[in-house]
Amino acid sequence: MSTAAVASNKVPVLNAMFRFQWEKAQNCFVLLFPEGMVKLNGGAGEIMQLVDGKKNLQEITDTLNEKFPDAGDLSADVNDFISTAIEKKWLYYE
Amino acid sequence: MNDQTATSNSVGETPDVSSNEMLTESVSTVVGPPLWLLAELTYDCPLHCPYCSNPTQLTETKDELTTEQWCQVFTEARDMGAVQLGFSGGEPLLRKDLEVLVKHSRDLGFYTNLITSGIGLTEKRIAKLKVAGLDHIQISFQGADPEVNDAIAGKGNAYKQKFKMAKSVKAQGYPMVLNFVISKQNISQIAEVMRLSCELEADYVELATAQYYGWAYQNRDHLLPTQAELVEAERIVNEFREQQQGKGPHFIFVTPDYYETRPKACMNGWGTTFLTVTPDGSALPCHSAKMLPLTFPNVKEKSIADIWQQDFSFEYFRGDDWMPQPCKGCDEKEKDFGGCRCQAFMMTGDMHKTDPVCSKSEDHHLIQQAIESAIKPSKAIVDRINQSTAMKHAKNAELNIVTVKV
Repeated sequence: MSTAAVASNKVPVLNAMFRFQWEKAQNCFVLLFPEGMVKLNGGAGEIMQLVDGKKNLQEITDTLNEKFPDAGDLSADVNDFISTAIEKKWLYYE
Repeated sequence: MNDQTATSNSVGETPDVSSNEMLTESVSTVVGPPLWLLAELTYDCPLHCPYCSNPTQLTETKDELTTEQWCQVFTEARDMGAVQLGFSGGEPLLRKDLEVLVKHSRDLGFYTNLITSGIGLTEKRIAKLKVAGLDHIQISFQGADPEVNDAIAGKGNAYKQKFKMAKSVKAQGYPMVLNFVISKQNISQIAEVMRLSCELEADYVELATAQYYGWAYQNRDHLLPTQAELVEAERIVNEFREQQQGKGPHFIFVTPDYYETRPKACMNGWGTTFLTVTPDGSALPCHSAKMLPLTFPNVKEKSIADIWQQDFSFEYFRGDDWMPQPCKGCDEKEKDFGGCRCQAFMMTGDMHKTDPVCSKSEDHHLIQQAIESAIKPSKAIVDRINQSTAMKHAKNAELNIVTVKV
């Protein structure tokens, strides 16, 4: 996983190929795409819920830091996940 | 169906990223949900592809499930945790209630996939399906140009129609998968096929060598490429991929299991992931299973939960208690589950036997014979016929086959 810092004013957007939703039977958030499904872990699900095509990375990180005050600074986690998601083409930068 | 979808092609060579993700998570001691539901809405089809995996004995359209019955199936399957829904056939566009079925299932939270020949599609219908909530459209092609495509499809102007509709599908913002069923008849076009896919801006492209079920089993000698042809095709695919530099469609090349030494992990294991419902409501662990000497349940009589969790036929090949040798003692049995039950049955007459594809199988010579036999076909090719033709040929109803001169 890449830990390279990403410019915090960048806005990630969900690729139209994917649909993000809560899947009760799997007890997790998932990404659905033609004939397939990616199950997201808890952290990834939290980040993805904030990807709305408007918030930039800094805003996403700030929101999470506020929501999970005991977790320490989450910017590295956000950067890691978003980099992976971009690499896998789940997300792209506007 | 008009093409062999990735639903069925759970071949070792990663049909797609998707199934991997789905598959790794789904196997457990408790029966997980039928994540993938394939709804074969009708066996009727305007095309006559000789590689079709539909049963050669087609049922009449009057026995097809009603709109309400299908909606009930979708509701029950979704309640159990089914998440991917494929509308297939035959040609699913022949169902006038397709939009209603799409809307109902999309509202339930399904990811909805339309698996079509493109025949019967119009720009207007693509738009109506979008409004109904359709997520993705997969279009089958039979070749890279009108001549080859329409000869295999057995229908004039099919290529032109497919081309136009593929353009419209992308223009209207859908993710699009193209499915090329590769056989001896079109394998020399593989480079052209890949260029066409780029031109049409496909997202994924399945270059899927025909699997030999249904009509394709009848026509195997005319379809199965030689090993040399496959090696050359794979070389071209790899060369093309390198030139793509990460751009353009994602190509998935699926080779026929006849040239493997281990069988495919068919359906990711019987009754673990896939559920097919046929036009008349039969529930099957895979779309070919109807041929097996098992009695399969019907959704008109049992709920999806009862079928999936309790029915004898779904339980029958789960786990490994049913396995004979050499599967039983094999350290790879968790990987391929003994291979395909239909293939074992078609080739050996015994559905319990090890898939003859496996080099450890005592029936492996049958695969060798099939490969040799395909070098010089002795029978004429038979084209898949649709129901209206079948009814006209009622005299031939036992086989529903029309022999066509080549």
